[in-house]
Amino acid sequence: MATTSFRLRNCEFKNRVFAASGTYGYGDEIVDLADPSRLGAIVTKSLSLKPRAGNPPVRIVETTGGVLNSIGLANIGVHSFLEEKLPHLRSMNTAVIANIAAGTVDEYCEVLRILDDQEGIDGFEINVSCPNVREGGLSFGTDRAAIADITRRLRPMTKRPLIIKLTPNVSHIAEFARAVEAEGADAVSVMNTLIGMAVDVNTRKPILSTITGGLSGPAIKPIAIAKVYETARAVKIPVIGLGGIVNTTDALEFLIAGASAVQVGTVNFVDPSAGIKIADGINRYCDEHGIDDVARLVGSLDAGTGISVVDSWL
Amino acid sequence: MMIEVCPVGEVRTAGDGIFILRFRSPRIATTIRAGQFLNIRASEGIDPLLRRPFSAYWTDKTDVEIVFHVVGRGTALLQGKRPGETIDVLGPAGTPFGKDNSPFDTAVLIGGGLGVAPLPILTRELAVAGTPVVSFLGGRSRGYIVRDHLENLHVATDDGSEGFHGTVVALAERSLTTTSFGRVKLFACGPMPMLRAVAVLARKNGMPCEVSLEGPMGCGIGICQGCPVELAGEEKKYALMCKEGPTFDIRTIRI
Repeated sequence: MATTSFRLRNCEFKNRVFAASGTYGYGDEIVDLADPSRLGAIVTKSLSLKPRAGNPPVRIVETTGGVLNSIGLANIGVHSFLEEKLPHLRSMNTAVIANIAAGTVDEYCEVLRILDDQEGIDGFEINVSCPNVREGGLSFGTDRAAIADITRRLRPMTKRPLIIKLTPNVSHIAEFARAVEAEGADAVSVMNTLIGMAVDVNTRKPILSTITGGLSGPAIKPIAIAKVYETARAVKIPVIGLGGIVNTTDALEFLIAGASAVQVGTVNFVDPSAGIKIADGINRYCDEHGIDDVARLVGSLDAGTGISVVDSWL
Repeated sequence: MMIEVCPVGEVRTAGDGIFILRFRSPRIATTIRAGQFLNIRASEGIDPLLRRPFSAYWTDKTDVEIVFHVVGRGTALLQGKRPGETIDVLGPAGTPFGKDNSPFDTAVLIGGGLGVAPLPILTRELAVAGTPVVSFLGGRSRGYIVRDHLENLHVATDDGSEGFHGTVVALAERSLTTTSFGRVKLFACGPMPMLRAVAVLARKNGMPCEVSLEGPMGCGIGICQGCPVELAGEEKKYALMCKEGPTFDIRTIRI
């Protein structure tokens, strides 16, 4: 069987398939339905300093091949997470990456400081790209100087892996990846949701309470793969790819295009064991193709003589 | 809660564009309680992508039935299922009726359209407990009334094609004021405007009332946070319809 492990700084993940933030809760709702220990990591629902109630209904609507959501970072807050969720999450025998959301740079720092004191947190993913909240979120994620500043402030605060989750709602995502790489980020997650919108033609009202939301699911997969390809060519740090992965073939596309690991998101709402099936599927593919380490797949794209339009941006 | 691939027994017509699908799952059939739901994946592909929630409509020792209106691609796929084909079922999901323990003499069940779905099993549970049941069911017209397994049924239709010509809540209110049922508890399921009228009726008469809500859900198990129900009393506090609900004591929520 091929080597599946993946290292980021001082953390070794047993495989390269993670559960994406906001699609696996804190692991506890899942345990009857899937075995989280077979994933490379669980990325937690975004944690903020104070609990957040989230946005009013309607928060979610299915569109063609996708899901448009406006949850608004509803979460129990970092303190309740430590008391109520972390002990159980630790017992799941997989790496835990805490995803952090905040409205100010100081708040990002404070949440990371609180979490970094804890055993059982293996890394951090910084959400600077939520499209569904007014303060923080995208206003940072679309400002290169702001995400560089956040990374600069957070980097010295932890020895654990620091991953910045980037938004595709910018012209050239690679420039944002370079900005955080220069400040010491260990990896970037590419990508968060795309801003989308759906309209009820009978009432002529937007379906979501916040008018626009974040689009995820298979509908965005080709966009995400192109963003991963662009980013991986621009930076030396690993790119963690996500966006619409529902099966093994999807995950392989991301790896071959340049992702060092993948996250599985929306499909968890349908099948919480999808990530495990994908991890198994990647192993089978490697066996069938005589590949001894999944790492050999990463960025193995044979582009031939093709030249992509994104090359001119790099 | 589990995910199970279940063989379909039959799909039969139950009204105008309304169908009942029966599938085999002894595990669900013997454990599910009134008000709980099943989150069903109609296709193995990505269209539709998400599961869709359906109340359990009826069970025997081995089989479970759901009732649905064909409104989109998912329900059209369910309607087209042939015996022996399978559906992918997550459940039992959510929490059953029983959010309010006030004592009562008569259960008054009010259903609007396919809001009838959780009422047959509730009727059976109440019968086991020896509680008298009176049922009111409303619909657009006669073809929208799915009446099996209900007790002491009174029907209202918007077009007057059967029973009372008007809303089901108006019919229930008339009956409650002219007949003595002792201490009444209301159980209701249906569209939001109907539930709001039921809430007014309950408040006016000081009756305990539980409702089963329906609405868009993402996952059905509490991970996506996509189905908030606003809690009464506190601004911007939400319960999750899929996890804390879909049944609620009506006094605890804002609808």
